[in-house]
Amino acid sequence: MLKVKSVHTYYGNIHALKGVSLHVRPGETVALIGANGAGKSTIVNTICGQIKPLKGRIEFQGQPIEGLAPEEIVRRGIALVPEGRQIFATLTVESNLEMGGFVHRNNHRQVREDMTRMYDRFPILRQRSRQLAGTLSGGEQQMLAISRALMSRPQLLVLDEPSMGLAPLIVREIFSIIEELRREGRTILLIEQNARAALQIADRGYVLETGKVVLQGEGNTLLEHREVQRAYLGKGAGQIVDA
Amino acid sequence: MTEHTLAMDILQYTISGLTVGVIYAMVALGYNIIYNVTEIINFAQGEFVMLGGLFAAFFVGTFGMPIHFAFFSAVFTTACVGLIMERFVIRRARNTGVLSLIIITIAISIMLKGSAMLWWGKDPYSLPPFSSGGPIMIGGAALQPQALWIFGVSALVVLLLTLFFRRSVYGKAMLACADNPGAARMVGIPVRQMVLLSFILSAAIGAAAGVVITPISMMEYDRGAMLGLKGFGAAVLGGLGQFFGALVAGAILGLAESFCAGYLSSGYKDAVALVLLLLALFFKPEGIFGSGEAAKLKKF
Repeated sequence: MLKVKSVHTYYGNIHALKGVSLHVRPGETVALIGANGAGKSTIVNTICGQIKPLKGRIEFQGQPIEGLAPEEIVRRGIALVPEGRQIFATLTVESNLEMGGFVHRNNHRQVREDMTRMYDRFPILRQRSRQLAGTLSGGEQQMLAISRALMSRPQLLVLDEPSMGLAPLIVREIFSIIEELRREGRTILLIEQNARAALQIADRGYVLETGKVVLQGEGNTLLEHREVQRAYLGKGAGQIVDA
Repeated sequence: MTEHTLAMDILQYTISGLTVGVIYAMVALGYNIIYNVTEIINFAQGEFVMLGGLFAAFFVGTFGMPIHFAFFSAVFTTACVGLIMERFVIRRARNTGVLSLIIITIAISIMLKGSAMLWWGKDPYSLPPFSSGGPIMIGGAALQPQALWIFGVSALVVLLLTLFFRRSVYGKAMLACADNPGAARMVGIPVRQMVLLSFILSAAIGAAAGVVITPISMMEYDRGAMLGLKGFGAAVLGGLGQFFGALVAGAILGLAESFCAGYLSSGYKDAVALVLLLLALFFKPEGIFGSGEAAKLKKF
């Protein structure tokens, strides 16, 4: 469904992605893990059209999409739950959802139906539908950001660091939401620093280091991999630390 | 007898205060629209008013257009000026940050004023009123029929704008752009088109205000700066981005000016707006109707 082929991206003169290749098949949940500054967010920004890659191709459903404007990429069926949630803080919760369905603005009934579906999925959002989104708690904002992305009826849902800045209990809740989305058969690209949680729910995973994919494989295999355990799961020399 | 005159005076000051206040409110609406979408304060807003009045005078004087037709032509022409301003100046500088863009709008306002002076000269222009007939007498105070046009046009503008931003998906999309342009693009909103739309709308509303006021107070090339300043006062006093607030604050400003001119001295008239603006900034920077909650969530 999504194919990223040896993509090079620069931030100014920083060579942030050095020939990254990865792919996501329909119905798959793929995790992309790596430390701070490994280039995770750069991949997201390149896929979603915020940065143009210098070299390489990005194909979505067989069509090249590199260099398209972000709004066009949404129309093609990729929705992003951005890092730091980026909800419309000064708009009401309901308007946030409506904006999520902007690409379907001419199909009023569909937007209404989808909105009801989101409220059924997250009843707390229904309770807060008239509130300004900026007044929600972190976890609620993340739910809103996910709902907003789903409103565009994406073929591929990209989640950029959904657990960032949230309390452990809330993180667990967010991951169970992602797990649920996966079970519904959605195609998901999950970018996470929380490697254990991400790999546990992912079908496959990629490990990114300084702009390159250094490891890839099934989620469980990667969890068992010694290198991954040492670098990302905090397990070393016989001692097991639960993160 | 003196009591009677006093009541008449008060009524007269109220009428003329509200008339000019409504114009300030419309200028404030122009500020609010662009601010709502881009967080830019467009200091060329007053020039749109001036252009509206002068274009209408030009269409009536040179082409002999009937006044109502000239109204729409002037609004359309000024909207095109707004379009050109966004498309060829603001858009090219959009990566420079809000503050630089605000300074650019000041430059544009100076250029528009200079061009208007070269084109129309320094003389004031007038327009025939929208409908004929002498002033209507209410309790001894005179009400110009044109003032009713001013109230009508501005009421319609406020109603349409409120519906647009509250109900229409494009209105909400414009608000979303103001809130978070990056996220707006990520949900598929064409941000640049929304910004363009905001400049066109603001220019059109400013021009409408300019055309309706010209039959009462004439229009000349350098009126934009003062109208822009008063309008800005109204926008801040009412809470930046608040349409209803702009309306009420415009009326307050107009009334304060009118009463000051009547009872103190007309020389202090222009200071009133500035004093109110300063008081608002000192004691209630979010404005009378601004929500402190929403203000805290804003960046600028």
